[in-house]
Amino acid sequence: MLGFLARRILYMIPTLFLVSIVTFAIIQLPPGDYLDTLAADMGEAGSDNNAAIEALRVQYGLGEPMYVQYGKWMSGILLHGNFGLSFEKNRPVTDLIWDRLGWTFLISLLTLAFIWLTALPIGIYSAVKKYSAGDYIATFFGFIGLAIPNFLLALVMMYVAFRYFGQSVGGLVSPEYLDAPWTWAKFGNLLEHIWMPIFVIGTSGAAALIRIMRANLLDELYRPYVVTARAKGMSEFQLLLRYPVRVALNPFISTIGWILPTLVSGEIIVSVVMNLPTTGPMLLRALLVQDMYLAGSLILIVSVLTVVGTLISDLLLAWIDPRIRYQ
Amino acid sequence: MSDNILEVNGLSMHFPLSGGAFRKSTSVVRAVEDVSFSVKRGETFGVVGESGSGKTTLGRCIMRILTPTAGTIQYTGKAQEPVELVTSDDSLLRTIWRDIRMVFQDPQSSLNPRLPVIEIVGQCLRKSEKLSGSALADRVSTLLTNVGLRPEILHRYPGAFSGGQRQRLGIARALATNPQLVVADEAVSALDVSIQAQTLNLMQDLQEQFELTYIFIAHDLAVVEHICDRVAVMYLGQIVELADKDELFNNPKHPYTRALLNAVPVPDPRKRPEKRARRGAGEIPSGGVRPDACQFAPRCPHAQDICRNSSPPEKQIDGVAVLCHFAGEI
Amino acid sequence: MTQASTLPLADDPAEHSPVVLGPWALVWRKFMRHRLAVISGVIIILIYLIAAFAEFVAPADISKTSVRHTFAPPQMMHLFAPGDDGSTVFLPHVKGLKTTIDKEARRRTFEIDDTKIIPLGFFVHGFEYKLFGLIDTDLHLFGAKNPRDTFYLFGADRLGRDIFSRIVVGTRISMSIGLVGVAMSLVIGVLLGGISGYFGGWLDGLIQRFIEFIRSVPTIPLWMGLAAAIPLDWPPLRTYFVVTLIVSMIGWTSLAREVRGKFLSLRNEDFIIAARLDGLSHGEVILKHMVPSFSSHIIASLTLAVPLMILAETSLSFLGIGLQPPIVSWGTLLKEAQNIRSIAQAPWLLIAPGTVIVIAVLAFNFLGDGLRDAADPNAH
Ligand SMILES: Nc1ncnc2c1ncn2[C@@H]1O[C@H](COP(=O)(O)OP(=O)(O)OP(=O)(O)O)[C@@H](O)[C@H]1O
Ligand SMILES: [Mg+2]
Repeated sequence: MLGFLARRILYMIPTLFLVSIVTFAIIQLPPGDYLDTLAADMGEAGSDNNAAIEALRVQYGLGEPMYVQYGKWMSGILLHGNFGLSFEKNRPVTDLIWDRLGWTFLISLLTLAFIWLTALPIGIYSAVKKYSAGDYIATFFGFIGLAIPNFLLALVMMYVAFRYFGQSVGGLVSPEYLDAPWTWAKFGNLLEHIWMPIFVIGTSGAAALIRIMRANLLDELYRPYVVTARAKGMSEFQLLLRYPVRVALNPFISTIGWILPTLVSGEIIVSVVMNLPTTGPMLLRALLVQDMYLAGSLILIVSVLTVVGTLISDLLLAWIDPRIRYQ
Repeated sequence: MSDNILEVNGLSMHFPLSGGAFRKSTSVVRAVEDVSFSVKRGETFGVVGESGSGKTTLGRCIMRILTPTAGTIQYTGKAQEPVELVTSDDSLLRTIWRDIRMVFQDPQSSLNPRLPVIEIVGQCLRKSEKLSGSALADRVSTLLTNVGLRPEILHRYPGAFSGGQRQRLGIARALATNPQLVVADEAVSALDVSIQAQTLNLMQDLQEQFELTYIFIAHDLAVVEHICDRVAVMYLGQIVELADKDELFNNPKHPYTRALLNAVPVPDPRKRPEKRARRGAGEIPSGGVRPDACQFAPRCPHAQDICRNSSPPEKQIDGVAVLCHFAGEI
Repeated sequence: MTQASTLPLADDPAEHSPVVLGPWALVWRKFMRHRLAVISGVIIILIYLIAAFAEFVAPADISKTSVRHTFAPPQMMHLFAPGDDGSTVFLPHVKGLKTTIDKEARRRTFEIDDTKIIPLGFFVHGFEYKLFGLIDTDLHLFGAKNPRDTFYLFGADRLGRDIFSRIVVGTRISMSIGLVGVAMSLVIGVLLGGISGYFGGWLDGLIQRFIEFIRSVPTIPLWMGLAAAIPLDWPPLRTYFVVTLIVSMIGWTSLAREVRGKFLSLRNEDFIIAARLDGLSHGEVILKHMVPSFSSHIIASLTLAVPLMILAETSLSFLGIGLQPPIVSWGTLLKEAQNIRSIAQAPWLLIAPGTVIVIAVLAFNFLGDGLRDAADPNAH
């Protein structure tokens, strides 16, 4: 297990390195030099900040070769936790982002739980009651779930909620609670709102998992050992849970590995549509106004956290299922 | 000119154990370990051993599908200079592969399900003799008749045939280039017993007709007894006994050979040897055995300390090569 | 026993199965039994035909604005109309719109006017366009018989443009991005997967790590970053290709894995070894034996990858960082429906393009599933 752990952490290093390179490239992509923009801005404001700008120029190594800039940027992050300045807000990036990242990952993890809690029973039901009405309904909604892009589903849900239930839509809490301190009432209000993004982000993943679970279980259900156990008079329910479901669960569990990145991706798009106080809207806005250090930091942190989250889920998995360690 | 068609010397094939891309693999599987023997022209040379003993690997080394870790394999065709196979390059091998052909174990997976019979059997003729059109059809028809199939099936796909018929197709494919040596890797193992007998007889007939030499790999001693002239017994990558068939069956010298013979079901209870009471010697040990010990020691009923501490020498007793410390004594 | 081999074989297939199907014919027959997949295939062919003949199918010019028709609601097509003598006659038509101006809200409200009939006809003359960019014509599949009548099957947008026509024209961009993107991922995926699987070794390890990297990173933020860097003043064609390139980054990893897996398992198949022993070169083995035995799987996976790309394009364009107007694609159409207020005022902005996207994506999924089942020799 320790060897496996060491190996997985070792594999992660090149991944993280690549992530940082790509992010750096994204920061560098827009034409022009970000301090020029900043200088122009400050010049308009009428202040004389040449010294400050010169200091920033040295700090970021602007005008120096790319690898120097990359080195300075990385060492700032790694050694001082300094992600740079958001030039639009004129504040350090770190002041702005943690709240939003927290919400993004909270929603993603809740969505993961939602997916599991729905996909597992529905998948088992679909397989056991193959070709029943319930199976067809599940299959139908599964296909719909796969075919509707997240943002479209979000729009439809918002429209329906707005039109037929008169509910305030968008955001995680009603406007009157926005700046209120945390109380039970506010928490209840949060629960009233948060299910919608979770449902929207979760549908396509749940649909995919239902199909996987159904197929896996169908493969198992007709194995000779099941037939034997049934012939020996074991009760259907016991029979089902004792072996086939367990075996079918294995490939199911290993889907965790890829599901987290897709959930985080989904969260980002949906939060733009629903105007949630998470990473999505901030990232989109930063990209549109080319606030590149903010955008780059968000991309970097979201990616790194996702990679780490995937690692943790892999480790849990290896702990549950020893065979994974030897793959 | 030597009358040995094939001489194998000190052949070893080691596979690295599951090394990832960035990990140096530390241990190896010694699938074939220091094997030497020679095959006489026109004989049927049998190789037996239980599953995992390295028979297939040996066969693939001879075909040069695998490149051996060490050793030499010398092939001498009729009226030809000897050729060293281990060091041959691809283009030389392509001409050798016309002389040495292979029949595969699994009649299902050895025929491409997407090609018709004429392509499967005639593919080598397209390459080697540049045949096509009706010339190719004629040749393939003749080959099919040779193996007892009807020429009408030229444009059928393998899916339409039974296991026995498919194996005949495999044999026809092997014969297509007029080979001198045929390596048959468990050529009948996948077939029903009655079809096995038919196929073995067919192979014997063809051997006479086309003056073939066979290397016949099997795990079934009954099959070997039926067709072979000489037999090599393999155990964990080594040849532990190499003898004429009659000698091997009547007077086995290695304890492993005896265990194998005991495992053969004997239909007539009166002929059942007394030794049968002592059951087969268990499974292949899962943990590796020290390289400097007798590989069979953990299962051997006669094992002594010396067996566990030093590898046995190869002894010659009555013209039989045996790899055992106590050969001839037990 | 020695005569056994010369006995006639009782189960010679020649005796009882006169029709012999080749493997491709078998795949085809299995596919045809999959009704949903066949229907989906027909739908997809239709969609691509529409994409190819978009201007011919579209009744209205997509850039023609009309302030008097801002957010005009959809007009249903009727097939029969009351004739002069009171009987019903076959006459495809839509009902006209009655406009009232709400002075306080400063906007128009529309009502269907049952008395006004706008007759429609096939092969009518309308706005001029170049078919395939070559042939000058003004012939349209259908349209108002009187060229000065306007009608909105799926409603009109903020500028009074015909949404139906815009969806028809948007088909071209959205569906071709799927195809071009898939073609790109095919090339990358098969190349890298093939190298990985056929040669193995450290190259395989390197490519596998790279694929793992791409899969372990949340793609949307990365694409957003890349797509946002496309300068707004780039010509549409260049934007189109860069967006396609970004979008095709999703498809190739799973394809490469699949190809690699196939190569790995095929490499040790006996019939592949037999082919090498028959004297075929590596290239010939790959082309003659390996590629045909998994090409049907590849086709199926490609079919399943197309909808992913369509969705990716739509998402990016919707966010405003993919394709930009004036390029018309399903994504840029949905961009009009970005906030709840415009949706509440004109739900068709969301419903019409949304339904079309879902239909196209579903059709590709069903088709791909059918192809996959048909290609799988083990499926019953
Ligand atoms: N490509 C390979 N990589 C690693 N190990 C291998 C490879 N091929 C064979 N081996 C190992 O070499 C040993 C000998 O295998 P081989 O297939 O030659 O046995 P066999 O005698 O033909 O068995 P069987 O009767 O089951 O066909 C086995 O332990 C096998 O696991
Ligand atoms: Mg074998």
